[in-house]
Amino acid sequence: MSIKKISKEQPEKFEFDKNNTEQAKRIIQNYPKGKQQSAVMALLYLAQKQNDNWIPLSAIKYIAKFLEMPYIKVYEVATFYSMYNLSPVGKYFVQICTTTPCMIRGAYKLVDVCKKKISNKEKVLTDNGECSWVEVECLGACINAPMMQINDNYFEDLDEEKCEKIIDQILKGEEPQPGSYRGRKNSEPENNRKTLIDLKNA
Amino acid sequence: MLEDKDRIFQNLYNDKGSDLESAFNRGDWSNTKEICLKGKEWIINEIKNSELRGRGGAGFPTGLKWSFAPKEIGSRPHYLVINADESEPGTCKDRDILRFEPHKLIEGCLFASYAVGAHKCYIYVRGEYFSEGIKLQNAIDEAYEKGLIGKNASDTNWDLDIYIHYGAGAYICGEETALLESIEGKKGQPRLKPPFPALIGLYGCPTIVNNVETIAVVPTILKRGGKWFASLGKKKNTGTKIFCISGNVNNPCNVEEEMGISLKELIEKHAGGVIGGWDNLKAVIPGGSSMPLLPKEICEKLTMDFDTLVENKSGLGTAGIIVINKDQDIIKCMARIARFYKHESCGQCTPCREGSGWMWRMLERMARGEASREEVDMLLDVTKQIEGHTICAFGEGSAWPIQGLLRHFKKEVAKRNDFNPLVNKNRNIPYLVDQHLLEK
Repeated sequence: MSIKKISKEQPEKFEFDKNNTEQAKRIIQNYPKGKQQSAVMALLYLAQKQNDNWIPLSAIKYIAKFLEMPYIKVYEVATFYSMYNLSPVGKYFVQICTTTPCMIRGAYKLVDVCKKKISNKEKVLTDNGECSWVEVECLGACINAPMMQINDNYFEDLDEEKCEKIIDQILKGEEPQPGSYRGRKNSEPENNRKTLIDLKNA
Repeated sequence: MLEDKDRIFQNLYNDKGSDLESAFNRGDWSNTKEICLKGKEWIINEIKNSELRGRGGAGFPTGLKWSFAPKEIGSRPHYLVINADESEPGTCKDRDILRFEPHKLIEGCLFASYAVGAHKCYIYVRGEYFSEGIKLQNAIDEAYEKGLIGKNASDTNWDLDIYIHYGAGAYICGEETALLESIEGKKGQPRLKPPFPALIGLYGCPTIVNNVETIAVVPTILKRGGKWFASLGKKKNTGTKIFCISGNVNNPCNVEEEMGISLKELIEKHAGGVIGGWDNLKAVIPGGSSMPLLPKEICEKLTMDFDTLVENKSGLGTAGIIVINKDQDIIKCMARIARFYKHESCGQCTPCREGSGWMWRMLERMARGEASREEVDMLLDVTKQIEGHTICAFGEGSAWPIQGLLRHFKKEVAKRNDFNPLVNKNRNIPYLVDQHLLEK
C-alpha cells in the first residue's frame, strides 16, 4: 500500500467553477438514479485538475456534500487511489515508471536526471514550486520503455539525454511533444516490421 | 506465421487512422444488424464454437461466461463491464486497441450487450490512459451520432448506452470484483466469490465483466464464423492474440500472432532478437509480471498458449513477455516486481498486505547479498503462506514470480546469500532475525 502525505497547508474553501459544476452534473447522469456515489472518482479528478494538480481537504468535503456521501467515504477513496495527490505537486508533475520492464531498459537513469534537474528527493517541489517528480509503478507502455508521464502525456523511448531535454523544456514553461522520442510509430517494431506490410506501404 | 489477412487488428500500428470512416473501410460495423437478428443463442453459440478464452489473464471460456447471465431480464437490469484497467507490468495491448481500434471494441460491446441482455455498458479505463480515453470517447460519440449505438442501436431494436469510467491508478481494480467496487465509488477492494458477478455484480445486478481484447475480437469472430477462429492456433487454445514483447530485445513491439506460436520465433523474428544474441538470454517472464519466469532451457522449445505454459509451471496470463538477458541481475529484477506488489496490495487480507512487504524486503536484501542462509528457504515458506490464503488472486500473483525465481535460480540466490549469522559474527546487519543469538 502507498503512503499518502496530506498537506499541512490547506486552502479554506473549495468550490467547482461553473464549467466543472456542469461537467460534474453530466457525469452523475452516467450512473443509475440514486447511485451518484459512482461519480466520486471522476469528481475528485475534476477537483484535482481545477486545483493545480492536487486535492485539498476542503474539496473532499465539498464533493461529499455534492454527492450526498459521508465525508469519510470520499476521504477513503481519495487516499486509496494513487493518482490523487493530497499535497501540492506543482504545475508539472513528472512520473517515472521504474517497474521491471522499464528498469531493465534504464529507467533509473531517468530518475537520476530528475534528481539532478528537479529535486534531490521525490515529491519535493522545485524552488519555484512549479514541478516535482515521483517514481511510479507500471504505466502500461512497457514496449516503449523507459518512459515517463508529465501531467496527462506519455513520453516514450527515452534515454538520459532526451529526458534531460524534456525536463529542461518544462522547467522553462514550454510544452514538449508527447509520444515516442526515437521517431518510431506507436508500438511497431522499429525497422523490423514483418506484419501488415501492405497496409504500411499502401 | 499468421497471414496478414487473418489478423484481426489491422490497425494495430495506426497506419490508417482510427476514425469511423477508416473503421468502415476495415469492415467494422458491417452486417451488425443481420448478426444481431440471428438471436442471442446464435451469438453465444458461435462464441462457444470459436473456443475463445478470455484475454485478461485467467483464460476463462467467454461463451460459457456469457451463458451464465440470466436468460430473462428480471427486475434487476443487466450490465456489461469492459475491463480496460490494464496495469500488469509487461502488458500494453489494450492501450493500442483503445487508441487505434476503438470501433472494434464498441461493436463488440454491442454484440456482447445484446447477448447478455445488457442495456448499459461501462468501460473501465485506467486513469493514466487519459489520451487513450479521449480517443475512445471520440469514437463513442461518432458511433452515437451515426446511430450505431444509443436508442435502437444499428436498427436492432436494442438500446445500448456506453460510458467510460476512469480509474485512478490502482492495479487491483483489474480484478473484476474490485473493479465493480470501484465503479460503485468505493475503495477497490475485491469481494468474496461466490456470489459471482454474473448473478450479483454491479449495484447487485447481473454483470458480465470482460477484457478489452476479448470483446474486440468478438465482431470479427461473428462475421467470419467461430469455425474460422477455431481453425487458428491449437486445440483448446484457439485464435490469435496480441503479444507484447518488452525488455532486453532489439525491437520491443506489440504483434498479433497465432496462439501456440513458439516463444523463440516471437522474440527472434518479431522483436529482433535478444540484446547480445539468444545465448545472452537469462530468463523470460511469459505472461505479465505475476506469472513465474522461465529460464533459457525451457524457453528454447516453449510454445505460447495457455495449456503448454501451465505444464511448464507458468501461465500465459496477459501475454506480456518480459525478456531479461544476462546483463541484468535477476534477483534485483524480481525484487522490483515484489516492490510493485507491495505497493499495489489493497490491504484487505493480512497475508497479502503484510507478506508482500516481507517478500520485497527479503528480496532486496538478497539482491545485495545480505540475507542469511536460512532466509532463502524462509522466503519460499512466506510465498506459500500467502498463496491461496487471500480473497482474490493477487496473493498468487505476488507469490508466483518469487516461487519461479526460487524454482529456477535458487542456486544463484543461495550462492550470493550463504553466510551463516552464527559463525560470521563480524558482519553487522542489524535487521537479521537471529541477531540476538550473536555473541556480544
